[in-house]
Amino acid sequence: MPLEIIVFIKQVPDTAHITAEAMQADGTVNRTALPTIINPSDLNALESALQLKDIHGGKITVLTMGPPSAKSALKECFYRGADEVVLISDKAFAGSDTLATSYILKTAVEKIGKYDLIVCGKQAIDGDTAQVGPQIAEKLHINQITFVAEMMEFEVGQRRLKVRRATENGFEILRSPLPMLMTVDDNANEPRPPNIKRIMAYKKAEFGEVEAQFKLWGQASLELPDERCGFSGSPTKVKKVEKVVLTAKDVKQIPNSDDGIRSLIHELCEEHIIG
Amino acid sequence: MEGSVLVFLEHTGKEMASISRELVSEGARLSSLLKVPLTGVAVGHGLEPVLAEMGWYGCDQIYYVEDERLGHFTSMPYAKAVIGIIRKYRPQIVLFGATTTGRDMAPRVASALGCGLTADCTAFRIGDHKTKEREYKNILLQIRPAFGGNIIATIVSPESVPSMATVRQGVLKLSPPDRNRQVVITREMVEFEPNDFLTEIIELIRKEKEVDLQSAHIIVSAGMGAADSHAIELVRELANMLGGAVGASRAAVDSGLLSKDHQIGQTGTTVRPNLYIACGISGQIQHRAGMSESKRIIAINTDPEAPIFQIAHYGIVGDVKEVLSRMIKAYKEKD
Repeated sequence: MPLEIIVFIKQVPDTAHITAEAMQADGTVNRTALPTIINPSDLNALESALQLKDIHGGKITVLTMGPPSAKSALKECFYRGADEVVLISDKAFAGSDTLATSYILKTAVEKIGKYDLIVCGKQAIDGDTAQVGPQIAEKLHINQITFVAEMMEFEVGQRRLKVRRATENGFEILRSPLPMLMTVDDNANEPRPPNIKRIMAYKKAEFGEVEAQFKLWGQASLELPDERCGFSGSPTKVKKVEKVVLTAKDVKQIPNSDDGIRSLIHELCEEHIIG
Repeated sequence: MEGSVLVFLEHTGKEMASISRELVSEGARLSSLLKVPLTGVAVGHGLEPVLAEMGWYGCDQIYYVEDERLGHFTSMPYAKAVIGIIRKYRPQIVLFGATTTGRDMAPRVASALGCGLTADCTAFRIGDHKTKEREYKNILLQIRPAFGGNIIATIVSPESVPSMATVRQGVLKLSPPDRNRQVVITREMVEFEPNDFLTEIIELIRKEKEVDLQSAHIIVSAGMGAADSHAIELVRELANMLGGAVGASRAAVDSGLLSKDHQIGQTGTTVRPNLYIACGISGQIQHRAGMSESKRIIAINTDPEAPIFQIAHYGIVGDVKEVLSRMIKAYKEKD
């Protein structure tokens, strides 16, 4: 039985691979100079959706809230098999924290209307909060299962999804009826590569508001009030940001010799660091 | 503001989770700065006997939601219980552990209440915050790394009552417990419906971690520069001799040298041992985020420019196997 699946993605700076170009003279990272990627666990989220569609049929809509450059991330999802992609973008959304973001995204879900399953990555590698998925679920009043390490079985008759969830203490095997929201970790599956035919057919496609596979929605089309968007809609505010600098410290150089290391061990014993 | 500091007390079914002791310790520090009580909310089944311990660490009162369907965490009913307690008792600050439970539930709670929630904090202060319109006094300053550990941000939720935050395990200091300190436990009624219990628990698989990094006083940690079985053997030997645990960088875990249980860093465990010996670890920011608070850091690396040397107390430029063999020999021969 066909499934209507919504997948949320985020285009993020590649914080795991700081390039020389991105390093500044003062030892800090210039974020805007980092290449952008689709948030890694979001690709796993899309792959989960594609696997369900492979077996049961249906439609996958991928959405992202971001600046115009996020179109390329959405196209990457389309090339992998998404049926429709939506860019949710407006200057009014800038400065949104997770509460404002989840409000905007849940409104987009309501505009789509019908869905059986919503899939997100477990957390974005820039904000690192893991909050938006659960906040969307709460606003839609649907169940959620987070940190899914494996999608095990979709029971067609009962419309229930069985998953393996990873926790600090081990694993949980859980099952929930649809509709629900699931967040997926980067071990959950192997994301498939883009499809060459789809790349060739759609690489020149433009985003527009009208009926098309590449949609663009802003504040007006989602009918969002000013006070719920951007800085106004965000209870959390950044008071201060300090860049982490690799500062030079007074490192005690120990020579790599029997004597050098013996005195180090002696010093550590004297100070009761080791026993 | 008058509201209490409220802490979510996490449990493992039969006992309190160690994060709860850390949260209560920090909550007690904050509540005494604000001169308000420290309260806790616990959700579970048959927990009353183990809740008293939270009093030893500084909790004044615990709101306990009991139901036989709440023995193990699932998202919706736990969130509903906590939302109910917050609406009823109106704390000014609510703290959760940044565990899989806390990170699942806290965003739902914050969303329902329209509150600010800051994830993965590593420190808190009570301070003032000024905007163009007004000055806020004695609010919670929430400090956290972001952007993969490349920045440290201070976040505030000045208009949000309560301010909510999740805190990483192993980061907050435990207070010394006072076993005579009493806590008042009150049972709280929450209206649940069948539709709150949609997640069915089919099986719980406890997987004991191979290593307990958080309670280790000494950690000997392997990176790509210790990337062969002989080097790992030496790492293990030194760790055993010193009574410590074996850690690993993400690169070492990804290459299969050690399991993920040993991983230290932004996406692994955060540790603050007395001694951290980094063997062949370059010292990327994501790794530093997990160990930079160690009291003493010894760095061993063949590359004198490796970033790890900039946070080490002792630096040894050399081959990991040579240096570790010397250390093992020197330790055996001491006294």
